[in-house]
Amino acid sequence: MTKPGRYGEFGGQYVPETLMNALIELEAAYTKFSQEPEFRAELKALLEGYAGRPSMLYPARKMTQDLGGAQIYLKREDLNHTGSHKINNVLGQALLAKKMGKKRLIAETGAGQHGVAAATAAALLGMECEVFMGVEDMERQQLNVYRMKLLGTKVTGVSSGTGTLKDAVNEAFRCWAGEADTTFYMIGSVMGPHPFPMIVRDFQKVIGEEVRAQLAVEAGRLPDCVIACVGGGSNAMGAFYDFIDSPGVRLVGAEAAGHGVDTRMNAATVTMGETGVFHGMKSLFLQDDGGQIMPVYSISAGLDYPGIGPEHAYLASIGRAEYLPVTDAEAVDSFEYLAKVEGIIPAIESAHAVALARKIAPEMGPEEILVICLSGRGDKDVQSVAKYRGENIHE
Amino acid sequence: MNRIDATFEGLRHRREKALITFVTAGDPDMATTEALVLEMIAQGADLVELGVPFSDPMAEGPIIQAASARALEAGATLPGIFDLVTRLRSGGVTETPLLLMMYLNCILHYGKDRFFEACARAGIDGVIVPDLPYGEQVEISGEARAHRVHLISLVAPTSRDRIHAIAQNSEGFLYCVSSLGVTGTRAGFATDFDAFFGEIQRHATVPTAVGFGISTPEQAKALAKYAEGVIVGSAVVDLVAKHGTGAAAPVGAFVKALKNAIRE
Repeated sequence: MTKPGRYGEFGGQYVPETLMNALIELEAAYTKFSQEPEFRAELKALLEGYAGRPSMLYPARKMTQDLGGAQIYLKREDLNHTGSHKINNVLGQALLAKKMGKKRLIAETGAGQHGVAAATAAALLGMECEVFMGVEDMERQQLNVYRMKLLGTKVTGVSSGTGTLKDAVNEAFRCWAGEADTTFYMIGSVMGPHPFPMIVRDFQKVIGEEVRAQLAVEAGRLPDCVIACVGGGSNAMGAFYDFIDSPGVRLVGAEAAGHGVDTRMNAATVTMGETGVFHGMKSLFLQDDGGQIMPVYSISAGLDYPGIGPEHAYLASIGRAEYLPVTDAEAVDSFEYLAKVEGIIPAIESAHAVALARKIAPEMGPEEILVICLSGRGDKDVQSVAKYRGENIHE
Repeated sequence: MNRIDATFEGLRHRREKALITFVTAGDPDMATTEALVLEMIAQGADLVELGVPFSDPMAEGPIIQAASARALEAGATLPGIFDLVTRLRSGGVTETPLLLMMYLNCILHYGKDRFFEACARAGIDGVIVPDLPYGEQVEISGEARAHRVHLISLVAPTSRDRIHAIAQNSEGFLYCVSSLGVTGTRAGFATDFDAFFGEIQRHATVPTAVGFGISTPEQAKALAKYAEGVIVGSAVVDLVAKHGTGAAAPVGAFVKALKNAIRE
């Protein structure tokens, strides 16, 4: 980081003045509590005793054999409570909110994974919670809407703009601007104004730290390649962060290419985006000729975001990490592949990372190690994959 | 001299408060916006803000969000807005300051230097960027200064320790946000104005104007006593939403009532 809140030219705090004090207060509180042994012990207890950490590092022997290249390991974030890596971040942020004396949590959600995790943390810690969700996404993810309600959270539909994740983020910021003194905004990814990208990365970096420790025991060495899917980029940043200073570890992000980067129906931000400012950060965004933020598309609602976290934009700009596009077709194929070969149904988001691994692993030697961050489980996606394959099932 | 500075100086000599009104450019079309600007000035607006529509206006409430969407739908673009300003300047609006209120991404995408050069050429006197707080202004402040366009700073009730630095480094006028949350019409205000403006006036080096939520002549009158100017946006845009291409007359009447209220 070049200066606080900056990753090269990316990052920063591009928010209305009304929110500046809330960001300053958040950074001060985070700096204070994250260094306190008591806070760290409480968070550790929650991660281990509630979320189920450490998550397993599973040697995917059949996949390794099938692809005939690198030894493949799956970092099983799908086995966490609530079914994805999102729980790591919300437990940290909700605990921080509680320490700050905030009574109410708000969050945005796209597919509903972060919303469900936020609702879960709120229920556990006894806090009020409201989740903003685009009306389009609510329609596509009715099960997760019901889950959040079951957990005692209020789900507020957002119909402005395209009625999807970016609009939910807009609305969460608007809400926060009116009540930041009592409310904590739990952002769901390594995005937004400083200090959010730093805080979320810090709460997710446990993924990469565990991979390092687990592989040291298992293989006595570092991985050669780590692959993760990237929307805003929280599971990827969590998986990459501990390896950034280990130059021998290749870091690869799988971006959602939707119908393809040669169409307008994609969400491949690094491949197709330009530098801009949106949602409080300078980063890469998909924009039209007039600098308007473009509607994006992916079969995966969790990767369906027109931007990317600023630290990823930085890692891409200096060539430390690569970001490669994966289409809907490739992701669905890998969703089915992992189910059949390893008996694991991945989230459609994570299936993007599996798809890249299937291209990269065969080019690697059998002595090399490739780790896929399996960020979530795929139960939520079964219906949409069935629909993609032309089968109509009712849950 | 920048028209904003000249206008506030003239108002001060006449012991008058500034009425600053806002419309979203291109809502419902550019011809209507042109007619609205002329009518607002004729009825007493001292400065006019043109909102540049953005796909994701994070600081706006539902009224301006909807206007922004209508303008984009109707094909509004930044070059089209510069054309509008050029027409206004050649059509007799020579003294009234015209400002753009817009999100940073549109400026960056157009090109910072090219943008401020176009502002200067068309006759834009100031730019208000709601997602560019004090501390990040260096992003465009050099280019703005090079082309003598004022970059208007905002200060909020939550600014606290920041008020001093923001006020000392402001130019044109200081945009004082009346209340928390987003733009829109409000029935009442929870802010302690005496304390807020007391702090601001201690440090202000340029005139102050208060905005966000002011929707009636009564509210304008009540808040005018704290600042040198009053900003009314959403209430004007709401009339445009209701009356469309025929909005000039009702907007004109509203602006007249606002100006009379702050004159008393």
